[in-house]
Amino acid sequence: MKTRLIKVGFLARVEGEGGLSVKIREGRVTDVKLRIFEPPRLFEAFLRGRDFREAPDITARICGICPVAYQMSAVHAMEHALGVQVGGAIRALRRLLYCGEWIESHALHIFMLHAPDFLGYEDAIAMAKDHPQIVERGLQLKKAGNDIVRVLGGREIHPINVCVGGFYSTPLKSDLEPLAEKLKWARDQALETVRWVSRFSFPDFQPDYVFVSLRHPDEYPFNEGRIVSSRGLDIPVESYDQHFVEEHVEHSTALHSTLEGQGAYFVGPLARYNLNFSLLPSSIQQAAREAGLGSVCRNPFQSIVVRSVETLYACEEALRLIKEYEEPESPHIEVAPQAGTGYACTEAPRGSLYHRYRIDDRGVILDAKIVPPTSQNQKSIERDLHDFVAARLDLPNDQLQWQCEQAVRNYDPCISCSTHFLSLEVDRQ
Amino acid sequence: MTPRPKPKLAVWKFASCDGCQLSLLDCEDELLAVAGALDIANFPEASRAVVRGPYDLSLVEGSVTTPHDAERIHQVRRASKYLVTIGACATAGGIQALRNFKDVRDLTSMVYATPRYIETLNKSTPIRDHVHVDFELRGCPINKAQLVEVISAYLNGRRPNTPAHSVCIDCKRRGTVCVMVTGTPCLGPVTHTGCGALCPSYHRGCYGCFGPMETPNTASLAEAWTRAGVSNANLLRAFRSFNASAEAFRRESEAHEN
Repeated sequence: MKTRLIKVGFLARVEGEGGLSVKIREGRVTDVKLRIFEPPRLFEAFLRGRDFREAPDITARICGICPVAYQMSAVHAMEHALGVQVGGAIRALRRLLYCGEWIESHALHIFMLHAPDFLGYEDAIAMAKDHPQIVERGLQLKKAGNDIVRVLGGREIHPINVCVGGFYSTPLKSDLEPLAEKLKWARDQALETVRWVSRFSFPDFQPDYVFVSLRHPDEYPFNEGRIVSSRGLDIPVESYDQHFVEEHVEHSTALHSTLEGQGAYFVGPLARYNLNFSLLPSSIQQAAREAGLGSVCRNPFQSIVVRSVETLYACEEALRLIKEYEEPESPHIEVAPQAGTGYACTEAPRGSLYHRYRIDDRGVILDAKIVPPTSQNQKSIERDLHDFVAARLDLPNDQLQWQCEQAVRNYDPCISCSTHFLSLEVDRQ
Repeated sequence: MTPRPKPKLAVWKFASCDGCQLSLLDCEDELLAVAGALDIANFPEASRAVVRGPYDLSLVEGSVTTPHDAERIHQVRRASKYLVTIGACATAGGIQALRNFKDVRDLTSMVYATPRYIETLNKSTPIRDHVHVDFELRGCPINKAQLVEVISAYLNGRRPNTPAHSVCIDCKRRGTVCVMVTGTPCLGPVTHTGCGALCPSYHRGCYGCFGPMETPNTASLAEAWTRAGVSNANLLRAFRSFNASAEAFRRESEAHEN
């Protein structure tokens, strides 16, 4: 009996700590394990008893890569509970802040974490020896995104300026103008990036995913919209719990997320793009088409192209928002506590991030539920690994191992996000 | 003569959000220079290549919360010549140290349907509770300029220059109008500097990301807050956040438990 074991003790170039193992017996994949050994941090438990105003700052600490996403889902959920809606310039600034996070997070993943796989480097530092200008472009693009987060949020990681109802302080028009100069450069570089990554070679792999993302009637989604799927799901965010189920699986600290009746589903740039292509400005659609993408892309390895298209979009959108910005009269609307339950879903760089809070009449949090993108993608990641390996059994172990790692990195998994839920072991016979 | 090999840098993660090690990748203007001066020998978030130890400089992010990590930190120490903890988790136990004030089994059962599958310790503890630490960098998150300072000081064989005074002093230096004067509760008078006094410059009170300063008078500040109408419950929460287990903040939060 011939058994091969592909084992990666420590999965590199992802945010957080995980490993994977794939067992092949007599030409069949018999076992796939994606193990996440991040220790649980129990956020949902210690949010109980905290003041509703603290949720954006506390939940930001779930993830240092996408703190803005946590802050946005938290403030929208709280505003929903309080029956408050934020519009005008404050809404636009939130969108601008999110553009910043998408640009910095996507640039990090494209250049530092994912591109080295396609070009055969262990990391971006090694890549920089042969391609210094490309790595420099990636770093400066990332910085352009971080600059937005810093100006609006005070600092890049765990910004301090977001509150329920808006911001503690809003920028002057003249504070945003220097950002626009850098963003014009970034937009050109993002377009170059779309072209650059489109020339990579992609394994032929196109599973029949169920894609899930927000959809808004007028704009590519960041903060608001309905939850839709590529199989016809179309629900308001407050119905999330009726359609998506989390289970605690034996021998794992994971809460697995599944879509009722469908099982595994896929959130993130690929899902957003496929479900919202028509909402991209025509110049961005054109850039995507020139990069060889249709209005639907099912190859997860091409997520690097889609991520680049979204980076280009975020630069365009940020420029538009800065141009149209008018200083609001007040940096936030006043909110008073009242008992209620609030739901929100926003689009983190890695996909939909769901928050639900129940608060009492003094504004104390009674319970909280948080579902990050990576725990929603777990089942799709496993399934990809299984199917991907099954079709490539003739590859030598070291090549197969690297390609398996790359298949996981397609999702830009953020294991730190999922930490408080997730440690996964799968055994399929 | 063979050139001297570059010092080897390792980055280790325990229970944390990844933000402090991300600060290294956020040094967009300095990263390639750092990579030129140091051999990035073990940094899984950035590279799949691993160079074997021992390591000259280890940056440790995160707190110890599992039996496995309580063992692993000793291996990290043995493999490291100079060990620096980065951030509130590694230096004070982080936000996850909120479990230290409760029974962790109750908390686990709130998140997980079957708590007996979860292996976790009762307390989230800083790295210094387990092994000798050569230098501690504060902050949730750390300030990336301070991180560059730590690396640069290491390369030049000197002690890093990271002041220990309060955020309050930085506001005076910046000329930021005191937010306490306008009625906003602020932890600036007792909080360790490092952020650049950000929050007051955004019209917000400091909320203590860098933990207690040297010899803070928390009781006096709590009195001032009480006079300004802040409830005991809110005082408790203010001292019990990202640095809840740092001694001075822990004691002050416990003083407001009833």
